[in-house]
Amino acid sequence: MVVLIPALVLLAIALVCAVLLTVSSVFFGVPDDSRAAEIRDALPGANCGACGFSGCDGYAKALSEGKTAEVNLCTPGGDGTARRLAKIMGTEPGEVIERVAYVACGGDCSPNGRKFNYDGPHTCKAANVYFSGDRFCNFACLGYGDCMNVCPRDAISISERGTAEINPKKCIGCGLCVKTCPNGIISLIEDTERIVVKCSNHDKGAKVRRACDVGCIACGKCEKTCPNDAIHVVNNLATIDYEKCTACGACVEVCPVKCIHTENLICGSHFE
Amino acid sequence: METVKSLILILMGGVLINNYVLQRFLGICPFLGVSKKFSQANGMGIAVIFVMLCATAVTWPIQTYILNAFGLGYLQTIVFILVIAALVQFVEIVLKKFIPALYNSLGVYLPLITTNCAVLGVAINNITDGYNFIESMVSSLGVGLGFWLAMVLFAGVRSRIENSPAPRAFKGLPVTLIAASIVSLAFFGFSGVVEGLLDSIFPTAETAAAALTAVL
Repeated sequence: MVVLIPALVLLAIALVCAVLLTVSSVFFGVPDDSRAAEIRDALPGANCGACGFSGCDGYAKALSEGKTAEVNLCTPGGDGTARRLAKIMGTEPGEVIERVAYVACGGDCSPNGRKFNYDGPHTCKAANVYFSGDRFCNFACLGYGDCMNVCPRDAISISERGTAEINPKKCIGCGLCVKTCPNGIISLIEDTERIVVKCSNHDKGAKVRRACDVGCIACGKCEKTCPNDAIHVVNNLATIDYEKCTACGACVEVCPVKCIHTENLICGSHFE
Repeated sequence: METVKSLILILMGGVLINNYVLQRFLGICPFLGVSKKFSQANGMGIAVIFVMLCATAVTWPIQTYILNAFGLGYLQTIVFILVIAALVQFVEIVLKKFIPALYNSLGVYLPLITTNCAVLGVAINNITDGYNFIESMVSSLGVGLGFWLAMVLFAGVRSRIENSPAPRAFKGLPVTLIAASIVSLAFFGFSGVVEGLLDSIFPTAETAAAALTAVL
């Protein structure tokens, strides 16, 4: 009896709770949109926001509620996810352009020291407020790692020379770093491209030269060399038109400051 | 007047003197886990106030009319855990159906605090302190407000810490814990203050006489 009564009381309370929950879930239950759950499962779950919605749940919700019909918005997911989403939604998948983030800064201004002793919060955003950062080049990677901190895949590291470097094998192309960088020197490049300009400086040649050994001095040699008319000096900076570029590498050869590079941007970790 | 005074004492005691997070060290998990952003800390705090009130409203009658009636006081902990967990689930279902706006704003915090020790702690302490039903509810409100206050205060402290150049060994959780201990230390200063204040507002015969002799 000593054991029986407490056991029975506990059982009774548990039963009341169980019945209450069951009854309430039957009577008050709100049916989940099963398609939203299905879509959510098909998405990678990186919650990066590259699709333009608030994470994977947001995209799933928007798709299921018909706010958008595009199934190829998930850059990290790539073609595989687009196909799966198209199957659920019953539409054509469409092409997903897989892209990789790229830091356009050679970061060679560190040997020349800093403009001043920056002692504020250790973020690029804060540092950039004071005279465009403590680097001599106003378009330089500040190296406080704002992009590194937002990267959902740990693809970004700060190199020894104090600039951000993105590992294309780990990059999923979500573009969070692009939005974060206060200098706007990170951009998304299609992962099929091979030639990149590793500089963002729009200053005139002489000023660039004072700050950095590998900055684009807008000499225009690449423009003259290019057989396809694909590279132009726009606003004192060599800019590649990827629709015309054939990755022949002629500009890489002639660049006197070596700020044009051949890079392998094939991304490795897209979720297939 | 005495009841009003004791209720205010219980309320302020919950908020400042016996602050569950900073003085009794209950509910540290959400305190450290969701205090990174002000909006999250605010949402969590409000959800905790809500759940504490609901939990007390249910556990006090159960203790008084079922457990005490059968002499089963020792079942308190397990029964309270069971009842609070079920209650939170139930409230969640009902909110989702009838007040979706509130459900969305409380969001993930509601299931997160199903078996939070601060919620269980306030339910049990109300019984241990021998409060009646009204006092228990006021005490829960006070404790909930105290939790909310601690969360919101600490969210502010934390947003400053995040951007400060802490030594490498202290980065992240260590410096957060140290900051929490300092905030907790600050709250120790409140002990005795509230009681003294209330005594001057609602003087009893004794304190009035004492004050009078002091003046004379």
